[in-house]
Amino acid sequence: MDYLLLQMLNGVQLGLLMFLLAAGLTLTFGIMDLVNLAHGSLYMMGAYIAWTTIGWTDSFVLGALLALPVIFLLGLVVEAVVARRLYVRNHLDQVLATFGLILFFNELVRVIWGPAGKSIAVPTFLNHTVEILPGVPYPAYRFAIIVVGAVVAVLLAWLVARTRIGMLIRAGASNRRMIGALGVNIELLFSLVFGLGAVFAGLAGLMAAPITSVKIGMGDDILILAFVIIVIGGIGSIKGAFIAAMVVGQIDIVGRAFLPDLLKTFLSASAASSAAPAISQVLVYIVMAGVLVWRPTGLFGQRQ
Amino acid sequence: MTVPLLSTDRLVKRYGGLLATDNVSIDVASGEIHALIGPNGAGKTTLVGQLTGNVAPDSGTIRFAGQDITRLPTHRRVHLGLARSFQITSVLGEFTALENVALAVQAHAGHSFRFLRDVRGDESLRGPARHCLEEVGLDARAGMPASALSHGEQRQLEIAMALAGDPSLLLLDEPMAGMGVEESQRMIAFLRALKGRRAMLLIEHDMDAVFQLADRITVLVYGRAIASGTPAEIRADEAVRRAYLGDDGMVA
Amino acid sequence: MIAALRTPRGLLTALILLVLAVLPLLTQAFDQRYLLSVGTRIVIWSIAAVSLNMILGYGGLVSFGHAVFFGIGGYAVGILSAHGVSSGWIQWPVALAVATLWAALIGALSLRTRGLYFIMITLAFAQLVYYVGGGLEAYGGDDGLNISRSRFSGLIDLRDKPSFYWLCFAALCGTLWFCGRFANSRFGYVIRGAKSNDLRMMALGFPVFRYRLAAFTISGAFGGLAGILLANEGAYVSPAMMSWVKSGDLIVIVVLGGMGTLLGPLFGAIAFFALEESLPPLLDLLRKGWGEYWQIVFGPLLVLIALYARGGIDSLLGRRAP
Repeated sequence: MDYLLLQMLNGVQLGLLMFLLAAGLTLTFGIMDLVNLAHGSLYMMGAYIAWTTIGWTDSFVLGALLALPVIFLLGLVVEAVVARRLYVRNHLDQVLATFGLILFFNELVRVIWGPAGKSIAVPTFLNHTVEILPGVPYPAYRFAIIVVGAVVAVLLAWLVARTRIGMLIRAGASNRRMIGALGVNIELLFSLVFGLGAVFAGLAGLMAAPITSVKIGMGDDILILAFVIIVIGGIGSIKGAFIAAMVVGQIDIVGRAFLPDLLKTFLSASAASSAAPAISQVLVYIVMAGVLVWRPTGLFGQRQ
Repeated sequence: MTVPLLSTDRLVKRYGGLLATDNVSIDVASGEIHALIGPNGAGKTTLVGQLTGNVAPDSGTIRFAGQDITRLPTHRRVHLGLARSFQITSVLGEFTALENVALAVQAHAGHSFRFLRDVRGDESLRGPARHCLEEVGLDARAGMPASALSHGEQRQLEIAMALAGDPSLLLLDEPMAGMGVEESQRMIAFLRALKGRRAMLLIEHDMDAVFQLADRITVLVYGRAIASGTPAEIRADEAVRRAYLGDDGMVA
Repeated sequence: MIAALRTPRGLLTALILLVLAVLPLLTQAFDQRYLLSVGTRIVIWSIAAVSLNMILGYGGLVSFGHAVFFGIGGYAVGILSAHGVSSGWIQWPVALAVATLWAALIGALSLRTRGLYFIMITLAFAQLVYYVGGGLEAYGGDDGLNISRSRFSGLIDLRDKPSFYWLCFAALCGTLWFCGRFANSRFGYVIRGAKSNDLRMMALGFPVFRYRLAAFTISGAFGGLAGILLANEGAYVSPAMMSWVKSGDLIVIVVLGGMGTLLGPLFGAIAFFALEESLPPLLDLLRKGWGEYWQIVFGPLLVLIALYARGGIDSLLGRRAP
């Protein structure tokens, strides 16, 4: 029972990280109509930049706070140099160009930080466990990720639901031409949204760093998961992205944690433990395929 | 009374709380031109979508040529003889005018799972296609890419493509949209010449055209058919005047 | 035919096909064994790119999972070979059948969606097979599987590099022949028409979904053929054959060469491998050690192509974009 709870918490933690990544992705697609494969590169850059700034400041929090504005700037540069020219293009051009950006960023990291992976230590003040329930310890760092992720999710929900920028974002997601008619500086709005998405992605990357590792291409696989999430949730829908992220987080973690035992009932132990991760990955894609067959525009996407 | 070619019975389509089509029952008899008019947002596009099979109605039925077609996919309706032209010109720009019509002919020439024979020399498609182009007066433009035709010519090409399958009913979604006076007059003359041979459901903003061509007119306002009758009856209808005339006095 | 040779494009095309046809003789004469293996890979990738072009270039369907057919064709051969079935007469038809069936299945599910959803669902299905491949411990898991090459006893020895090359080249010629016929057939016109306006095609009376599904399936079958050849080229299969980066590479090749043109994918594959082989030494000339980082040039190059060179190489050679 405790084990189940812990694994579900891990699922929530993974889900929130992926939500951070998916939120930027779904916004850039919903508002700017941009398929940005390079979003995962911003996740990777977040982790690497944080590795450097944490090294300078010798403090995880200070380093992270320093890294985020840098990633915001990086996002603005990517937007101004490449992304902006792609908004009016078709999806194929966007896929091609942002695929090129992935190659570029992966190689850039190799040039700057070298081919070997890096690691970021769990900050000492979080390097212990907390009792989430009496007698049930949980790593404080993972718990902190859940808290930060939840706070950001709430902030984002508030931003979208209650502020003027949020109103524009919602208007833009449902009808792109309308924001132009409202007399808004669209270019500025687009830059801001892109920069914001970059910050979320970078934040997810640097928070994930201590529990995974900082390596080249770290953003690529998780990017595909993030795409799966926004497709399940319905492109442009923050709510859909959140729900889908939670579902995918649970499938992934719980699948990994419980499938081996389940499989052992009819497979050998070694075969079960090697097949389980693959099966839990496969499950995610099966869920996505199922959702799309049932609703071709995702759970909360607009009907065409 | 004979059975009409096309009839809808209490068709309903809701979008959220909005009734886009509110119990609409209209019919088109063989050979007649029935015009559908109404202000913007009256639900004409939604109704056309249901007739062509792009929008599924929430309730009600559509009958065409003696069959219930309410749930039939678009291509099956076309093969029963229901052809349409589009409000926004949608010829296939990368093909020539002739190829556009030839494709329309091909759609009615059995299945197209033929992979090896070159279609460009296929007279069984190009011959009838050329004939259709002549009919709408575009034969001189046959070899031009459709994207290079003028707007009016593209509208004519639309009609030629719709005619290629020898339909019994033409659904014309604003065929005169964006045309100059002279082009409009030519189109009106052309449609009048077609009258009797094919039934038409004409959706059109150009009231001159509607009153020149239509045998009957139905007025759609907020998803409801508020009046239906001959042009003279519609002109005299109080409800139509109230709902419509205030706009711009076009029913004068 | 002769007239076509008068244009630069026709001349270059003829030259390229001629060089490809006699490549083993050339590499033997100049003692460049390595170039023959590059040539073999170019030819195999061209087959895959031509097959992707059938749906991407002619059909406008952005499939982001085409490399899955490398994997399916390859693994079908590999798994049979691991069980001692080494005859190509059994391996190849089975592999083609599996690739065709898989294409029909994912096509039937994916083609219900459009736009980004289609891009992502094709990617997701490819990832699904990719992870399954990695989970097949019995067949090497992530490390892949060494296989023995398919046997066509008495007819051809695939271990002989020139023979294998010519077989691949013949397969490419067959694929190009089919694609050329297909593009101008009744079927091809339906697919091309649906690319520019599928609503219009439905309103003309075409059940577009069926035709697209057929095109997707045919494309998958030719993709499977490329997978069979790729597995035999290296005598090795692994999940890496079907990673999403490979699917991206295939899209790059098609766009680079010129979408919806017959020979574009071939030009694209040649250019792609030429860049991959030549960028590192070129950068090394600039400064020793830079060659290793060639993708830092290649990536932005893709961005530039996407932004400014839509017609691909084929249009640079003077072909009007369709």
